[in-house]
Amino acid sequence: MTHNALFGKLTRSAFEHGAIVMGAGILMLLIACAVIGFLTYTKRWKWLWKEWISTLDPKKIGVMYLIVVILMIFKGLIDAGMIRAQQALAVGAAQGYLSADHFQQIFTAHGTTMIFFVGMGIVFSVSNLLIPLQIGARDVAFPFLNSLSFWLFAAGFLLLNASLAIGDFSACGWVGYPPLSELEFSPGVGVDYWIWSVQITGIGSLFGGLNFFATIFKMRCPGMTFMKMPVFVWAMLATMVLILFAFPILTATLLMLSLDRLMDMHFFTASGGGNPMMYVNLIWAWGHPEVYILILPAFGIFSEVVATFSQKRLFGYVSMVWAIIFITFLSFIVWLHHFFTMGASANVNAFFGAMTMLIAIPTGVKIFNWLFTMHHGRIHFTTPMLWFLGFVFIFTIGGMAGVLLSIAPFDFQVHNSLFLVAHFHSVIIGGVVFGFFAGFTYWFPKFTGFVLDEKLGKWAFWLWITGFLLAFMPLYILGLMGATRRLSHYDAGTGWQPYFIVASVGVILITIGVGFQVLQVFHSWRWREKYRTDTGDPWNGRTLEWSTASPPPLYNFAHVPEVHERDAFWASKHRRSPIPPYEDIVIPKDTPIGMIIAAWSFVLGFAIIWQIFWLVAVSMLGLILSAIYRLSEKETEYVFPAKQVFRIEHGDRYAP
Amino acid sequence: MWKRLCITLIWVVVIVLAGVWVAGVDMSVIYPKGRIAIEQRDLFVLATLLMLIVVIPVFLLTLIISWRYRANNPKAKYTPDHDHNIWAEVIWWGIPFIIIVILGSVNWVASYKLDPYKPLAHKTPPLKIQVVALDWKWLFIYPEEKIATVNFLQFPADTPLDFEITADAPMNSFWIPELGGQIFAMPGMRTELHLIADTEGEFRGVSANLSGRGFSEMTFVARASSRGEYKKWVRRCQLSRKVLDTAAYEALRKPSENNLVQLFSLRDFHIFNHVIMHYMHPKETHDA
Repeated sequence: MTHNALFGKLTRSAFEHGAIVMGAGILMLLIACAVIGFLTYTKRWKWLWKEWISTLDPKKIGVMYLIVVILMIFKGLIDAGMIRAQQALAVGAAQGYLSADHFQQIFTAHGTTMIFFVGMGIVFSVSNLLIPLQIGARDVAFPFLNSLSFWLFAAGFLLLNASLAIGDFSACGWVGYPPLSELEFSPGVGVDYWIWSVQITGIGSLFGGLNFFATIFKMRCPGMTFMKMPVFVWAMLATMVLILFAFPILTATLLMLSLDRLMDMHFFTASGGGNPMMYVNLIWAWGHPEVYILILPAFGIFSEVVATFSQKRLFGYVSMVWAIIFITFLSFIVWLHHFFTMGASANVNAFFGAMTMLIAIPTGVKIFNWLFTMHHGRIHFTTPMLWFLGFVFIFTIGGMAGVLLSIAPFDFQVHNSLFLVAHFHSVIIGGVVFGFFAGFTYWFPKFTGFVLDEKLGKWAFWLWITGFLLAFMPLYILGLMGATRRLSHYDAGTGWQPYFIVASVGVILITIGVGFQVLQVFHSWRWREKYRTDTGDPWNGRTLEWSTASPPPLYNFAHVPEVHERDAFWASKHRRSPIPPYEDIVIPKDTPIGMIIAAWSFVLGFAIIWQIFWLVAVSMLGLILSAIYRLSEKETEYVFPAKQVFRIEHGDRYAP
Repeated sequence: MWKRLCITLIWVVVIVLAGVWVAGVDMSVIYPKGRIAIEQRDLFVLATLLMLIVVIPVFLLTLIISWRYRANNPKAKYTPDHDHNIWAEVIWWGIPFIIIVILGSVNWVASYKLDPYKPLAHKTPPLKIQVVALDWKWLFIYPEEKIATVNFLQFPADTPLDFEITADAPMNSFWIPELGGQIFAMPGMRTELHLIADTEGEFRGVSANLSGRGFSEMTFVARASSRGEYKKWVRRCQLSRKVLDTAAYEALRKPSENNLVQLFSLRDFHIFNHVIMHYMHPKETHDA
């Protein structure tokens, strides 16, 4: 590729694409234009800047995470549909509608989108929305860092999507094994887009982990000892510990890979003393804890949902906590099971296999505890509860497949096959995604003041679960037939096509299910007066978040709660104490600098990808100066007067 | 809800069964043709059965508890503050633990027994085959027979196969599902795999690890034949006008997709070692 001083490697050819990518790019452009047009027409730019871009309120930041997550679910789902459509069509003489390279870019984008932007987005969305409320805090430990985390996440998201319009994306799979991802075999900018979008969002995640770790440690309300925290908070604490230990590995690994590519270093090249096997170890030393980073919050959500809808205390709290701690610990000593096939000795494989199997024990214990929470309860089968039941079945099937994969000699037969693909979709969709949907429905009224329509939600659930079974059960069979993953074409003689067609039907049903969810949110919003919850506690909740108004005021709690037992709100429900006088509340001032630093990071990433060196220098300077500006700001907080708290708490909620 | 559950399940079962019926049951991992693969399949069956000891009760309990304690069943017992029972918890920490200890031991023994590096005990001496994953084709070198092939593998049935594997391309994974598990093919590295075919037949071989544009077509046929047929085939290769020497290898290693079968007689017996070593000393061997 040619290089010039002004535009680096960026030439006109970067904008030239085939019809499908062109269509996607134009669609994105149209959506962007529509949003900009709408904001201008309704004169909302100032509102957007003041209320959202500059905000340090974790509730609003949580909502912004949620918006990115939802956008990325659509993108990931479209990718998934394209993958399955290609595989249902490209048999024998038929080549399907995608080139091999384009197909590989799509599954790489699908994995990257779903893990880094949907999965991690969910983690930080629920952290922001719920951790402060559940521990009775008014804010997070580092409000500015929180805003920076989100905007770095958003910058990574934009960079990933920019690859659709300018240049192309990595075709090396979502973990980008070298030497395939090295310059020798992937000379284009695709891998660089992958590295820098993941790198920037990963640093955001690391900051987020730090922030919520400190928040849970230092900001709990009086009386809330560790063993009185809701299990959701415990799960999040473990998640943050995992993030703190795992994400630095990702950052360092990606940095080394990009040094290989940019500066001709040899960390992971096949020749020149490099070792690709090192990369495989490092990426999974991050990658395995990562899957627990995704699933633990879902376990936390289900713990809240099951207890609430069974109208009963959570069974075996202490067991639950220890199960979480065991999972956290074990998740760091199993990474080798991702590459039993790399030729390690029997001793090594046997050890990592055994450690992996051990994780099944605490996970199983959690499922039993949830079931016995329901036992002798009064179970209300609302939508969140249905998602929980769907989770029990699908996650258990996926977990069984996981234990099978942990037996090294059997893993040799299904490694990188569709059996593996079916396994991790069972645990990630059945666990993380279903958990997210349960939490979304459960906490939706907390932040909007109205509940979601149950009937449409149940339709969505049944479509999803049928679609899921059709989309992924055939994949288990395909794996056992010897079908490897990531195939853009296969022989007719394999007999795989009918299964791929069934899987595609499953994807269609899931898409219809998603359509019902969109309809559900829209319908409930349209008729929100009908769905409004007057008490702010529609489910007869148990934990502190339900004790304040729905949606919660800026300061969360007018009085910082005091806790004497678990399920503090449930316990205090029949105890009415006189309201003490209100106090002034100190609140951090909003600032757009988090967004500005992230914007510079986006420019920096873009400049490195296209090797526009002057822009690298400018953006680094901009980044550093913005950070210095923020650090030298003196007055970063203001006082919210007690009089105003009084007005908000007594009737006039929307007082200025 | 219960009606919908039944409808969903019936739906799924019907469609999956229809799929199985249309496609025929050709699960190479479940109905393998080699000793190693059979033992690996048996592990799968054993482990599944062991896990069902826990999983079936979980599924039944889920259904029974959901049904019995539904909110509109006033007859069911309701104890909102009951939150632990030490014996119950001992059971569900304990029983899975015992099962995992059993499974872990099975895994430990099997990991040694089915170690891909372990030569197979057999009355017939093993056949040595060197495998080189290239962009995007498989090169098989038979150093003892002095032949080499591309995307085609023939060997006598009931004879142990000693594979030495490397790559002169990104990472690949060498896999013949009907004969047994896979192992990575990596540049600058040498891995080993020991397999055996119990019966004659043609088996599908693939690369199981993404290696770039031509990855999907990196398939080959592995044919297990009688010893006589195998001898005849070797003879034919040895007489092939195509000769694999350094120059031919350099031409072969250039990226190409959808490669047809090629048969070579072998002239340079050190190709496999050169392929590995040129990553150690790139200046001395490869560029020269």
